[in-house]
Amino acid sequence: MAHGQTAPGILAGRLSSEEIETNFSDLHPPYAPHEAAVAADRCYFCHDAPCVTACPTDIDIPLFIRQIQAGNPEGAAETILSQNILGGMCARVCPTETLCEEVCVREVAEGKPVEIGRLQRFATDVLMEAGTHPFVRAAETGKRIAVVGAGPAGLACAHRLAMLGHQVTIYDANPKPGGLNEYGIAAYKATNDFAQAEVDWLLKIGGISVECDVALGDGGLTLEGLRGEFDAVFLAIGLAGVNALRAQGEDKPGVHHAVDFIADVRQADDLLKHPVGRHVVVIGGGMTAIDAAVKSKLLGAEHVTVAYRRGASAMGASKFEQDLATSKGVKLMFNVQPKQVHGEDVATEIELEYTATVDGALQGTGETVRLPADQVLKAIGQRLEGVPDALHLNGNKIAVIGAGRTSVEGVWAGGDCAAGGEDLTVTAVAEGRDAAMDIDATLRA
Amino acid sequence: MADLTTDFLGITSPNPFWLASAPPTDKEYNVRRAFEAGWGGVVWKTLGAEGPPVVNVNGPRYGAIYGADRRLLGLNNIELITDRPLEVNLEEMARVKSDYPDRALIASIMVPCEEGAWKEILPRVAETGADGIELNFGCPHGMSERGMGSAVGQVPEYIEMVTRWCKTYYDKPVIVKLTPNITDIRKPAAAAKNGGADAVSLINTINSITSVNLDTMSPEPSIDGKGSHGGYCGPAVKPIAMSMVSEIARNPETHGLPISGIGGITTWRDAAEFISLGCGNVQVCTAAMTYGFKIVEEMATGLSKWMDEKGYTNVRDFVGQAVPNVTDWQYLNLNYIAKAKIDQDQCIKCGRCYAACEDTSHQAISMSADRVFEVIDEECVACNLCVDVCPVEGCITMEQMQPGTVDPRTGKRVEEEYANWTMHPNNPMANAAE
Ligand SMILES: Cc1cc2nc3c(=O)[nH]c(=O)nc-3n(C[C@H](O)[C@H](O)[C@H](O)COP(=O)(O)OP(=O)(O)OC[C@H]3O[C@@H](n4cnc5c(N)ncnc54)[C@H](O)[C@@H]3O)c2cc1C
Ligand SMILES: Cc1cc2nc3c(=O)[nH]c(=O)nc-3n(C[C@H](O)[C@H](O)[C@H](O)COP(=O)(O)O)c2cc1C
Ligand code: SF4
Ligand code: SF4
Ligand code: SF4
Repeated sequence: MAHGQTAPGILAGRLSSEEIETNFSDLHPPYAPHEAAVAADRCYFCHDAPCVTACPTDIDIPLFIRQIQAGNPEGAAETILSQNILGGMCARVCPTETLCEEVCVREVAEGKPVEIGRLQRFATDVLMEAGTHPFVRAAETGKRIAVVGAGPAGLACAHRLAMLGHQVTIYDANPKPGGLNEYGIAAYKATNDFAQAEVDWLLKIGGISVECDVALGDGGLTLEGLRGEFDAVFLAIGLAGVNALRAQGEDKPGVHHAVDFIADVRQADDLLKHPVGRHVVVIGGGMTAIDAAVKSKLLGAEHVTVAYRRGASAMGASKFEQDLATSKGVKLMFNVQPKQVHGEDVATEIELEYTATVDGALQGTGETVRLPADQVLKAIGQRLEGVPDALHLNGNKIAVIGAGRTSVEGVWAGGDCAAGGEDLTVTAVAEGRDAAMDIDATLRA
Repeated sequence: MADLTTDFLGITSPNPFWLASAPPTDKEYNVRRAFEAGWGGVVWKTLGAEGPPVVNVNGPRYGAIYGADRRLLGLNNIELITDRPLEVNLEEMARVKSDYPDRALIASIMVPCEEGAWKEILPRVAETGADGIELNFGCPHGMSERGMGSAVGQVPEYIEMVTRWCKTYYDKPVIVKLTPNITDIRKPAAAAKNGGADAVSLINTINSITSVNLDTMSPEPSIDGKGSHGGYCGPAVKPIAMSMVSEIARNPETHGLPISGIGGITTWRDAAEFISLGCGNVQVCTAAMTYGFKIVEEMATGLSKWMDEKGYTNVRDFVGQAVPNVTDWQYLNLNYIAKAKIDQDQCIKCGRCYAACEDTSHQAISMSADRVFEVIDEECVACNLCVDVCPVEGCITMEQMQPGTVDPRTGKRVEEEYANWTMHPNNPMANAAE
């Protein structure tokens, strides 16, 4: 603990190795078998269960919980994975409080849902620890499909296509597959390198080759080239760009993109050596802002503030995520927007302006406040980048109809890069899977 | 607080809760602690004849079935009668009884079906100062193969004969404990009465196999790869026991014969139900073996509070109160018509009532797109299945249709008069329609 929490500047080693280890341990520790049995017993096996409707991948939740009750966690895992091949990651990262668990009849009745996410994790962990892959490929079809982007959407699509007998090549610009599962999701949600373990397990189906460090665009792959070489193309490139802050002093050292900061933390070999500011201010109100803020705090920042330009209820991050942040000591500040980053050579302070909504439009009130800030993390949204020009957009995302069909024949898109659906891991999986089914139907027609 | 003091066959105890003859009452140490915990009486673990005691298995002797959260619902055992020498048990009984004169202490006995054996043991039991004896005609395993226990309990003539010997050689109350492993419980009860028994107690355990180990293909509890049927008890057997108790209570031949109720009693409410069906007191085993002696506090306070609410001042006040309402199916009022009704404020929209009624009953519950569940009176036969499967107690109720209204299912007017199957036109044996 060379520096402690109060040393100014962006420094590594603010906490002891024990503190770091505790801080980055599992957010929701896995159930022991007895806990799983007790939790599973609470499920009522509802008819046409509302939780299933709320799950973007339509997992048969009452069935898999009943399989756990009956001592068949492997069977439960198969029920989950047959709908959602990344059921292991989803069990860890789904905001269940706004999905399946929000509508669980026991949440509605008692304010205490069946803990579906943790039960899902219990079942999938059992299967994945056994190392078995329960799915087999159908007879080879001779069709070849290119998937661009190895995030949840791309992986889910590739797995389903391979299962249906097609050959799949996945290209990804990053050195490792996984997309935001690997570079984005909070470390305390996917401990023990789970993202890579899951990718390895998924690829056991066979018929999928993964080529990393290969990008679409920028002199690399072209859409026309892919269309020529493959029978179909699935684009799952996520949101690779980041929005600009448009505040003075944004270019000063000490100001970073939150997604870069998060990716660095996820990729760090030794978190003890990972630098963080003493006073961290995160700009934004989504899951990324919360993750960046919590990570800063867990790394040992003395003060961490999330500055959001609207009120708490407008925040993209759920109540659960907000509470998580405050429970870790993060301060949430509402109705403020960044005006200027101050500092001689490096950032030392941030000036925020209060906001108010006048006639439906958000405006600065003129009143400002200055906070010490040796590190400023910008989390004001990611945006689509590197889309081939041929594709029509809907707003700022790729326009799709049905199960991910784009405006270009033979090209599908899904996940964060495609219009529609929330930007969530589970939604990306659903869209990848459904696109695969549509591609298969089209190729067989 | 209602006074729970109970007089059963002239034996008083501070409450109607006795521990049944079983491991909880197998020795002085246990019984003293049970009395300190507040139990009103004990039936000592069954004594055998003089000589080398029986031996128990040295592997597991219990099996179980569970409800949610591993709540024990049924227990089975392959234990025998006491495996300690007769002399030791008798000495301990005498000591405990003299230290706890206000508590009931009953000796349970199982010796061979020979007059000499009973003639020999009874005076020795009498010397301990025990308040009475209970004849174990119920044990379904181990002892029955030796011509004792349920082997006797299944033959009414033997019951009558042995009971008579006991009444001859012993002058305090004689309770005959009945086995449920018999088709008609009224027969052994009547035999006991004919032999002069002061009371019957029931039920003993039910022949059972609780589970099979699917790896070893052995029934559980497994002893070196083999299992044997054992005696089933615990909450799961309560309905069977209560039915048997009620049969004895309402049979004209045995009506009025004192009954000590046993079988799955776990809470004050269970006890009150047995008493209402004609029991003068109750005996408990599995609940104590599951949770320890302390449960008697819940039983005593719960029963007392309920009695206060109902204005009963003595347990005697409600013994058998439910017996007149136990009847045969053919006498049930067919003009009593009810419909299920769902309280929408309590409904949590799980849809279980719908699945149950739609798949397995009368398609009498509708489900709307926004998950509102409603009873279709035109279809509802009031079977009660939805009430039974609904996870929210009191959410679905059975509402009686008032006489004069029309049952939308049959289109018929609800009649005020009582009418049962014996009078029904569809009954080929109906009394000539008047
Ligand atoms: C910090 C953060 C935290 C989050 N936390 C959660 C959470 O807790 N729960 C939750 O459900 N969701 C969370 N999300 C959202 C979730 O991660 C995304 O919705 C999900 O990963 C989208 O999957 P995807 O496959 O569409 O895209 P991505 O996961 O973004 O994957 C896209 C892939 O495409 C590759 N790629 C991009 N451009 C190119 C190109 N031109 N050529 C080749 N490859 C390219 C990228 O390298 C990447 O591997 C979080 C997001 C962030 C940023
Ligand atoms: C409502 C109901 C009605 C039944 N009717 C009959 C019947 O008419 N004939 C019969 O042989 N068994 C009947 N049974 C008994 C069942 O066939 C079965 O033996 C019993 O329920 C035990 O099995 P289970 O508890 O595993 O369901 C009935 C059971 C129920 C619950
Ligand atoms: S995938 Fe996510 S939303 Fe669906 S059941 Fe699992 S945890 Fe819930
Ligand atoms: S809503 Fe809740 S109780 Fe009902 S099936 Fe889903 S998890 Fe089980
Ligand atoms: S079973 Fe009960 S709680 Fe569930 S839908 Fe039916 S009435 Fe409502």
